[in-house]
Amino acid sequence: MTLASAFFYLFAGIAVASAFMVIAAKNPVHSVLYLILAFFNAAGLFLLLGAEFLAMILVVVYVGAVAVLFLFVVMMLDVDFAELREGFLQYLPIGGLVGIIVLVELVLVVGSWAVAPSAPQAIAERTPTDITNAEALGRVLYTDYLLFFQLSGLILLVAMIGAIVLTLRHKEGVKRQNIAAQVARTKAAGLSLHDVKPGQGL
Amino acid sequence: MNALLADYLPLAIFIGVALVIGLALLIAPFLVAYRSPDAEKLSAYECGFNAFDDARMKFDVRFYLVAILFIIFDLEVAFLFPWAVAFRDVGDLGFWSMMLFLGVLTIGFVYEWKKGALEWD
Amino acid sequence: MLQEAWTSWLWPLLLMVLQSALVLVLLLVFIAFYLLADRKIWAAVQLRRGPNVVGPFGLFQSFADLLKFVLKEPVIPSGANKGVFLLAPLVTAVLALAAWAVIPFQEGWVIADINVGVLYIFAISSLGVYGIIMGGWSSNSKYPFLGALRSAAQMVSYEVSLGFVIISVLLIVGSLNLSDIVRAQDTPYGALGWYWLPLFPMFVIFFISALAETNRPPFDLPEAESELVAGFAVEYSSTPYLLFMLGEYVAIMGMCSLTAILFMGGWLSPIPFAPFTWVPGVIWFLLKVSLVFFMIAMVKAFVPRYRYDQLMRLGWKVFLPISLAMVVITAAVLHFTGWGA
Repeated sequence: MTLASAFFYLFAGIAVASAFMVIAAKNPVHSVLYLILAFFNAAGLFLLLGAEFLAMILVVVYVGAVAVLFLFVVMMLDVDFAELREGFLQYLPIGGLVGIIVLVELVLVVGSWAVAPSAPQAIAERTPTDITNAEALGRVLYTDYLLFFQLSGLILLVAMIGAIVLTLRHKEGVKRQNIAAQVARTKAAGLSLHDVKPGQGL
Repeated sequence: MNALLADYLPLAIFIGVALVIGLALLIAPFLVAYRSPDAEKLSAYECGFNAFDDARMKFDVRFYLVAILFIIFDLEVAFLFPWAVAFRDVGDLGFWSMMLFLGVLTIGFVYEWKKGALEWD
Repeated sequence: MLQEAWTSWLWPLLLMVLQSALVLVLLLVFIAFYLLADRKIWAAVQLRRGPNVVGPFGLFQSFADLLKFVLKEPVIPSGANKGVFLLAPLVTAVLALAAWAVIPFQEGWVIADINVGVLYIFAISSLGVYGIIMGGWSSNSKYPFLGALRSAAQMVSYEVSLGFVIISVLLIVGSLNLSDIVRAQDTPYGALGWYWLPLFPMFVIFFISALAETNRPPFDLPEAESELVAGFAVEYSSTPYLLFMLGEYVAIMGMCSLTAILFMGGWLSPIPFAPFTWVPGVIWFLLKVSLVFFMIAMVKAFVPRYRYDQLMRLGWKVFLPISLAMVVITAAVLHFTGWGA
């Protein structure tokens, strides 16, 4: 057994075990932490495939950004989990039914799986080894796959607007700093001199 | 392929050694340091009274908004990485397609600025 | 048989372990002295002496501190989630140390010369937020919780402009490998050929974002001691606390060396002719890192802390648009003038 296959079994084993712990852990924060562990091992598997760029992007985007949001949501939710767990058995029949249907569908799909005739050829013709992952990706993503690239930009735009529409609530009566006004303030506007006569006041 | 993996083996070993050093430091005081726990010492830090309730509470939705906006901009940066590397190979089409992509996201950025999503109160 | 195993893989493996251990130990020793330098500079600005008791000029202060931390009682609050509570400082320290595996100290002097070095460091620095969130949440106490929350939002906000700055350097270099980035700055103009000059606005943004990313003053709101006592680290004591501080300083040094590599030519000599090029590259690298660290220490000494809304405004409304515009400008200049092609 080579070192690479040893690492494969290590990463794959931990990924499966931590994926199981995601649904088995009692505390939801622990679930998210196991999810992060699973992401890491998936990144390790990408590395073993030689897809180093994808591995790093998986860590940057999923672990560094998406899981932070998950952690935020899960940590700070004010939910009583013991109470949530109470109705668990009640939903078991219907939940089990849905699970079995999905399983059957999956079996049907996998059973009728056919490898495309061009696939073995595509696997044989791997990316050239003299350029790096990122460069190979960059050469095709912005030109050959232009439409998909622009569509992903539009999806990001929709996500941005959606997030703002859903979460933005302005509080009433908040005083904000207006830096432009502060900087533009002149001596004449901020200072006035009064000659106060004795015994009269202003 | 194997040359690529050979680059990563030292990385794995380096992280392993760092983990050993970190663990050794973490465990050391549990072995050598004097310990005498008592209820007051182990209670959560507050300003002189016992905590009223659990410290984990609901907080401003603004923090979620920051996290979501960060995901979107992080993805944008992720798209920029291969572009920057292959910049000299993709020519006019690659340049203008990225400008269009950035333009679309700039519209989103202007929208959130105008909506006041970047204000903090 | 044994002989063969020894020469074919056991010895190279052992060599790698020894190399890693050597780099890590040297790094930690250097950190100990930089920590002292930080305190000394801070003291000098305020006309104090700083630590001066342990060893000559207080040189061994950091080692005494280490000993003290190890001998202190480790307190784990009764309401804490013990596993996560102890995992948090370990994660912080190990992640910060892991970034050093791809830093080239000199031509060829790098533990792992991977193709995606910059991306690796970017990934590691985006994970730094986990130690703090986990520590703040698992303490089950109000101050750490608030500190962790602030810290997470802060680190996340500056991550984006950091990414844009890195992109603008990559546009010129065209490679994600850190050694390639240094080699690309090897011109006959010496220090004037490094990227700090053409990308000067990005250099400034990178420096300030690095401060915010590592929670250094004036952006140390997570541990703002006047309002949050010590932020996410309130409940920590002994070496768990030490690991947080260690992680912070290692991350700061990591940012210093990244600045040196991206903008100040890494191991290259600033004056590209004879007597100066004889000096080993690692010396130049160390000098550059020290220079950036000196600037960071000075900033701590004389800049007052930001208010939280100002901090978020700076990140999202100033740095983000400027760095995005600079990426576009850099790309346009490179594209239309054909520089460096």
